[in-house]
Amino acid sequence: MIKGKVHKFGDNVSTDLICPGRYYHLRSNISELAKHTLEDADEGFVKKVEKGDVIVAGENFGCGSSREHAPIVIKVSGISCVIAKSFARIFFRNCINIGLPAVEVDTSDFSDGDLCELDLRAGFVRNKTKNFKLEFPELPGKMMEILAAGGLVSYIKKKGCL
Amino acid sequence: MTLTEKIISRKKGKEVRPGEILVLPVDKVFCQDGTGPLAIDGINDLSVGLKNPANCYFFIDHAVPPPRKELANAHCKIRSFAGRAGVKVFEEGICHQLMVEKFSSPYDIIVGADSHTPTSGALGCFAAGFGSTDAACAMAAGNVWLKVPHSLGIELKGKLKKGTSAKDVILEIIGRLGSNGAIYKVMEFFGEGLKNIPIEGRFTISNMTVEAGAKTGIFPADGVVKNYLAGQGRGGDFKPLEADGSYEEKIEILLDEVVPCVAFPHEVSNVFKIKEIEETKIDVVMLGTCTNGRLADFQDAYEILKKTDKIRTSLIIGPASRSVLKGLISSRILDKFAELGALILPPGCGPCCGVHEGILADGERCLSTANRNFKGRMGNPDSFVYLASPQTAAATAITGKITDPGEFL
Repeated sequence: MIKGKVHKFGDNVSTDLICPGRYYHLRSNISELAKHTLEDADEGFVKKVEKGDVIVAGENFGCGSSREHAPIVIKVSGISCVIAKSFARIFFRNCINIGLPAVEVDTSDFSDGDLCELDLRAGFVRNKTKNFKLEFPELPGKMMEILAAGGLVSYIKKKGCL
Repeated sequence: MTLTEKIISRKKGKEVRPGEILVLPVDKVFCQDGTGPLAIDGINDLSVGLKNPANCYFFIDHAVPPPRKELANAHCKIRSFAGRAGVKVFEEGICHQLMVEKFSSPYDIIVGADSHTPTSGALGCFAAGFGSTDAACAMAAGNVWLKVPHSLGIELKGKLKKGTSAKDVILEIIGRLGSNGAIYKVMEFFGEGLKNIPIEGRFTISNMTVEAGAKTGIFPADGVVKNYLAGQGRGGDFKPLEADGSYEEKIEILLDEVVPCVAFPHEVSNVFKIKEIEETKIDVVMLGTCTNGRLADFQDAYEILKKTDKIRTSLIIGPASRSVLKGLISSRILDKFAELGALILPPGCGPCCGVHEGILADGERCLSTANRNFKGRMGNPDSFVYLASPQTAAATAITGKITDPGEFL
């Protein structure tokens, strides 16, 4: 079960906002790069996040570049799950491949600071502050297995093949 | 069947359907200098070597020559790994341009660790952008997991008018669909108007399909593709791929009605017809990138710029590859750009992704032929990026404000 506080974002949050190109040279230094996570969308984001918190966003979260550093810095900053109305497809894959759960539900009624809990297997997210529950279909088997292994590399190492 | 189903079914040796999740053998895999180092970490972690080093490529293009020691070190990491693994490294242009010039062929399944990998789809292959881990696994294990996507048919009819180009076509499509209008889908192009879109224009269009959320964009492999491959000395790589136009979902584009347009900050789908916008002053014009950095693009711009001896913006020229640069030199187009005071960059991504070679100042406005105008894209969240065709870029450089190229033709 994932439990945490909501950090709310709008539609079309690009990988340029999540992991700005001007820090390109820090890609080989993830802990430094992570200090700038989402800073062009919410300057104080990194300082506010507590371990286990969740990002809740609108449509097309993670649009733009294929940089896997975008979900990586989100994960390193302490976020346990990203919930959005929809995801850009490369970003979604990258989340699964690095073991960061990404879930699609209608996020309209979530607000910044709400407390929520999420069960990936049972397929629901509960907003404890506002007292409502939304269900979502379980991710396809292979994606769940990759997430459970902690990412694609660990999955292949464990299983011996894709 | 859609083009996507035809390509994937051929690879799997059985008929596949949209929505099916499968593990697919990969023909070609590549990384660039921003995604390569992380992929190398993944490959080393897997420690099984590479399935087929001859079909793997590294391109050093995003930060070339390196502006900082961290990036120079990243380049060394790539060269050193590639040398040990027997993989080729290219430092002569943008990955997508070099893929179409040298490698991409009809029916290929291509995994590229860069979001504009769909550029190769203009040659009738399934080429999509992935992250470093997918690229690492594709290099090591030779395959990738994916869901067979649904396709959105884009029917092209008629012929473009003077002053408009493929860039206006794809901006029109993205403006119409929105930035997630084709999410998880493939855009497939068909119709009698196809024959009027030259290969360079097709590269521009497939390059930007991702800006509407598409997994990739695919053109049929027709006579235009055949001629292009033959011209690259790769005639033997051609195999015909035909569209049958039977799409559950399709939209129609009347090429005669397409007009010069521009995407305003900070979303690519924020598209306006130039005739309908208010006066918009521009400080910097950027001509180049994987979207519009080919010789045909520079020729289009040159046809307008040759009519002036003075420009009112700064002008950055970024050829997409060494062969494009050589074409600019031999055609003497580069002379004209130099006379106008343009800043000529080495082949590569240039300032497009905000790493170097033209970071914008606070409040500055750049009209670029690139593919993205997100906040912060060109290195400064307090600057503004507008996207348009090479013709519009040239007309705008002359006047210092966003200008319909028709005024100079």
